[in-house]
Amino acid sequence: MALFEKLKESLSKTKESINSRFEAVVKSFKKVDEELFEELEEVLITADLGVQTSMDIIDRLKDAAKEKKITESEELKAELNSILVNILSTGDNTVRLEGTPAVIMVIGVNGVGKTTSIGKIANMYIKQGKKVVMAAADTFRAGAIEQLDVWANRVGADIVKQQEGSDPAAVIYDGINAARNRKADILLCDTAGRLHNKKNLMDELKKIYRILDRELPNSSKEVLLVLDATTGQNAVQQAKLFKEAADITGIVLTKLDGTAKGGIVFAIKNEYNIPVKFVGVGETADDIMEFDPVEFVNAITGTD
Amino acid sequence: MAFESLADKLQSTFKKLRGKGKVSEKDLKDAMREVKLALLEADVNFKVVKDFIKTVSERAVGAEVMESLTPAQQVIKIVNEELVRLMGEKEEKINISSNPPTVIMMAGLQGAGKTTTSGKLGGLLKKQGKKPLLCACDVYRPAAIKQLQVVGSQLELPVFTIDGSRDVVDISKKAVEYAKLHANDVVIIDTAGRLHIDEVLMDELKNIKNEVNPDEILLVIDAMTGQDAVNVAESFNKELEIDGVVLTKLDGDTRGGAAISVRAVTNKPIKFCGMGEKLTDLDVFHPDRMASRILGMGDVLSLIEKAEQAIDEKKAIELEKKMRTQTFTYSDFLDQMNQMKNMGPLGQLVKMIPGVNAKALEGIDFDDKRFTHIEAIIQSMTADERENKVKISPKRKERIAKGSGTSLNEVNSLLKQFEQMQKMMKQFSGGKANKKLARFGKMKFPM
Repeated sequence: MALFEKLKESLSKTKESINSRFEAVVKSFKKVDEELFEELEEVLITADLGVQTSMDIIDRLKDAAKEKKITESEELKAELNSILVNILSTGDNTVRLEGTPAVIMVIGVNGVGKTTSIGKIANMYIKQGKKVVMAAADTFRAGAIEQLDVWANRVGADIVKQQEGSDPAAVIYDGINAARNRKADILLCDTAGRLHNKKNLMDELKKIYRILDRELPNSSKEVLLVLDATTGQNAVQQAKLFKEAADITGIVLTKLDGTAKGGIVFAIKNEYNIPVKFVGVGETADDIMEFDPVEFVNAITGTD
Repeated sequence: MAFESLADKLQSTFKKLRGKGKVSEKDLKDAMREVKLALLEADVNFKVVKDFIKTVSERAVGAEVMESLTPAQQVIKIVNEELVRLMGEKEEKINISSNPPTVIMMAGLQGAGKTTTSGKLGGLLKKQGKKPLLCACDVYRPAAIKQLQVVGSQLELPVFTIDGSRDVVDISKKAVEYAKLHANDVVIIDTAGRLHIDEVLMDELKNIKNEVNPDEILLVIDAMTGQDAVNVAESFNKELEIDGVVLTKLDGDTRGGAAISVRAVTNKPIKFCGMGEKLTDLDVFHPDRMASRILGMGDVLSLIEKAEQAIDEKKAIELEKKMRTQTFTYSDFLDQMNQMKNMGPLGQLVKMIPGVNAKALEGIDFDDKRFTHIEAIIQSMTADERENKVKISPKRKERIAKGSGTSLNEVNSLLKQFEQMQKMMKQFSGGKANKKLARFGKMKFPM
């Protein structure tokens, strides 16, 4: 479990912030009282869990404390841990790969790491012996096609591309045909970053999704929203509006190797029930892993 | 859901007090909690929020709020003022060196938008008559150099690169030399994105800084950043001593509380904000407008400002007189319309109104074209027609329609509208209504 170690290491910054603050708060209050809960709520908010989700979690914590007659503040930690795991572990965290080709498409706002995530995901499946075709449908950002091309060469994937500025739906269509003809296991679709409040760009995304749906009715389609772990409360809004455009099946949480906490995934899970499927934990091609909620929460709260 | 504005929340907090008379300290505490939650929802850092609430509370406890009949408004006013104060009260420009070239270095996390912003800034400076040179120092991300080259060619700006070199200190040094030789008075250095905790990459930035001695180091930050914004800003500022901040992706629907956090921990001004995908979408940052945005109040200040700019006091008085003396003409009508038009596109104006939900407006078509049509019709009239000196016959109508490129229908409906307005004014100015009119004297839009 080298990757688990890596995640732990990556999250140590996160852990420090939640855990050490948690410890500090718990230590300063021997007894469980209202003020303690309020402080704990602050700790969660600082990790980007959002006001509403943090309040929900604290409410659950209060209920549990009452029910189990917890009076010592120390005991609250295990309780909080299990509540957090509970939020993330309902629903399906596994990546579905059915049909040939199975489809994985990444979407998200600008600069979250969509192209890099595709490169890493391709690398992971190619190492498992799968054949991967990439469709370079980010035809908007300057240099995006070249960037994906570099990744394709690096990890040994096929790539379907057109000129910059061409119709992304056409690229996807070509990608589908190429993947079929070459009997690829997985078709990975890159898309241009777009802010979720731009209606025309979201319509374009709908069109891409419709083509995939129509041409590959028997294939599973993983539509992954790529989220930068440093993102704040706006991520909830992103999840909401992207979900309206293309049926999001999961989240790729990137850049978890900084000090950012990625706590926003709790809020998104809480409000829209979208599970995390991958986490990006570093800069190399191997730095991606399938998501495990227990490990994630344990790493955050410092439970072994 | 959570995007309810602070103003609404405060209103409802204080509504409970109605009939109770004075505002108690507990009421104020409740209000402060609402302010706190609103700021947290907007991603303002927790520590920053705490300090901020303390300042606001101290002011609010004074007579200002407690004695007020409209405590909610008073609290909002204080919050707004303090936010603006915190973010810097005026717009800030970049340092231009008296000894060219001016060297500007961009720094920031991965994906914040450094390359795009480098291009946009170059474009902006070019428009101001400068001759910027872009320098590609992001040698790590695949195709980052290519991206800057494409952006450069779109803006018709030269881009300095050294093929195959990974020595960014050398590249930036040679870029400055190149600029001197080629009369480029600004060099914008695009650097690789990095995690602020990555010491190796941070050292690389420091080395560039020491070599080329930039006049301006700009930290590029994504407006959607959450609580971590303080850590990012703090460490970049500590290591590089930045001169200013560029807030990107502000054209999204994020509240952008990161702006406050960054300003509070670095005390460095936010100088620009990225407002769209186009390479011209870089604006000067307005602290006051950001305050309203964070509070979810709509851009009231811009609205007021626009109204003030657009309405000519003298003309308003004249118009009022004309209404009274019933000499309101098509020319006056056109004047009045132009004043409204000066305030900007209708759709944009409506969005600035507090409480108007941007989402609800989607799909509604604010037809600025109608204004244009009316304008064309009136401008196609002869001077006599415009001043009501002749009756507009069907033949004249036809000529006007042809001249303005509109239809007879449109001309008719405008004439009808105008007649109705005249009639209305007659009623106002006749007999009993005089008193009423006096009260409406200050009204600037008699439409």
